[in-house]
Amino acid sequence: MNTRAILAIVRKDLKVALQNKGVVLPIVILPLILFVVLPWIMAYASSLTGMSGASMSNVDELLKRMPSGLLNELSPYNQEQQMIVFSLVYMLAPMFLIMPLMVSSVLAADSFAGEKERKTLEALLYTPTTDRELFTAKLLGAWTAAVAVALLSFVVYAVMVNAAGWQSIGQVFFPNWMWIALVFWVSPAVAGLGLVVMVFVSARAQGFQDAYQTGGLVVLPVIFLMIGQISGAMYFSLGVVLLVGAAVWLLDIILLRFASKSFRRGELMTKF
Amino acid sequence: MSVPVIQTSSLSRRFGEKNAVDDLTLEVQAGEIFGFLGHNGAGKTTTVRLLNGVLEPTAGHAKVLGLDPQREGSSVRARTGVLTETPAVDERLTARENLSFYAELYNVPRGEVVSRVDFLLTEFELIERASEKVGGYSKGMKQRLALARALLHKPEVLFLDEPTAALDPVATRHVHTLVEALARREGCTVLLCTHNLVEAQHLCDRVAVLEQGRLVALGTPSELTRQYVRRLDVDLEVDPAQIDLVMQTLLQYPQLVIGAPKREKDTLTMTLPGRECIPELLSVFIGQGLRVYRLAPREADLEEVYFAIHGGAE
Repeated sequence: MNTRAILAIVRKDLKVALQNKGVVLPIVILPLILFVVLPWIMAYASSLTGMSGASMSNVDELLKRMPSGLLNELSPYNQEQQMIVFSLVYMLAPMFLIMPLMVSSVLAADSFAGEKERKTLEALLYTPTTDRELFTAKLLGAWTAAVAVALLSFVVYAVMVNAAGWQSIGQVFFPNWMWIALVFWVSPAVAGLGLVVMVFVSARAQGFQDAYQTGGLVVLPVIFLMIGQISGAMYFSLGVVLLVGAAVWLLDIILLRFASKSFRRGELMTKF
Repeated sequence: MSVPVIQTSSLSRRFGEKNAVDDLTLEVQAGEIFGFLGHNGAGKTTTVRLLNGVLEPTAGHAKVLGLDPQREGSSVRARTGVLTETPAVDERLTARENLSFYAELYNVPRGEVVSRVDFLLTEFELIERASEKVGGYSKGMKQRLALARALLHKPEVLFLDEPTAALDPVATRHVHTLVEALARREGCTVLLCTHNLVEAQHLCDRVAVLEQGRLVALGTPSELTRQYVRRLDVDLEVDPAQIDLVMQTLLQYPQLVIGAPKREKDTLTMTLPGRECIPELLSVFIGQGLRVYRLAPREADLEEVYFAIHGGAE
């Protein structure tokens, strides 16, 4: 493998992508809303709930629907604190996965479909880079950036969550082991999933926007996880997170095999 | 005889029902400027892709620099340079960034990247705007940048797909000079795909004419002229006092002269059915005591060859 060529493509792809407003805006705005604004709103809403008797009975009802494992994890806290911990630590956990998924797919859309749109792919295909190097470079750039943004978002979220909940809880309560597994085990896998899906979508898309819109459907499983958690059908325990991670990694490996097979110069020249 | 730099044998590529390249067999020698002529869709670009291992052939095989592009594509591409039909330069990067990026991909030694990039930017008169985003460049500037990119790694074989399509006459001449210098002085083999028949005539040692993927003619421009253009235009300068008599005489020999000669001052221009009519025509002039000062055949050009091959439909 020609690492020099791979790194050159990674650097170039990121540089080009970061000059596209369609790429940069969601990468900046989404974490700002999810990991800076939302924690404060949730913490404020939870503390308001704590002041109202009627709302407290609603919280009680909501928590009663939750799996016993979650109730055990919330048991050290009083009811107001439980609401804060539940909303900031558990309810938002699946939403965190949107971040690596979105970043990897938006960058991959720019890298694959965008390259097709800009008509720059052909020159790249005439270079001595092998199909495998090209594929690796294209995936590596978007994946590394997605994981880096996810890590950064996690650090920002950790600070925001503890700051927002400090008044009610009075101690550092975030992250727990579930979140550590979510960030370091599941989010890289989810970033990979966004990438491979976008490789397939880009082969049929006309350009960046087209690929990004079609590939956006990949967030649906994350939405289902969120609904499952809010409805009490499941909760993000450490075990569930490890299991979800393993499933996504497995899916990544299977899809990657197919994607790498279709990523051949001849195919690219006709499809891309 | 030396081993050909490019060799194809029954090379074919189909896209569905369409034969993009059909049973192509040819050889290109080292240092040759070889022209590929044909309409849009004749198979020129597909052939370039096949020869660089970017597309796989449906049948037949090819060798470039002794390597099989299908199995050793990476090694082939390391030694070839390609100017694609569209410049395919990244418009969000500067000219310098574009070239530096490709220098890395073509494995230009790290210590030489800056000097090589600057040399080519200077050579193609882009150095003053080297730090500007390419998006703001004119078509011609993008084309020059793409050509500079194809030369970054000093390729042994250069594939040029319509190299002067977007260039003004000055830039076109510059490219022609460069291509000739690369081939004549540095021994680079050039495969030139072009619609520009004057360009092909001026630059190419040999040309191949493709039609619907098939090779329909191959040879030097003069070989093709002799083979395909039977008719011959000649300029005839005679004694001005006899010019009307000459006109009348010529009209009596329709087997030697096609149509009526055109008169321009003291010179007549006419079309003969072939080169072999010249001696007969001269005998007629001598026999009738007509004084001929000059009889000059006009060499047919590739344009006439091209239209002759394509049945004069154009």
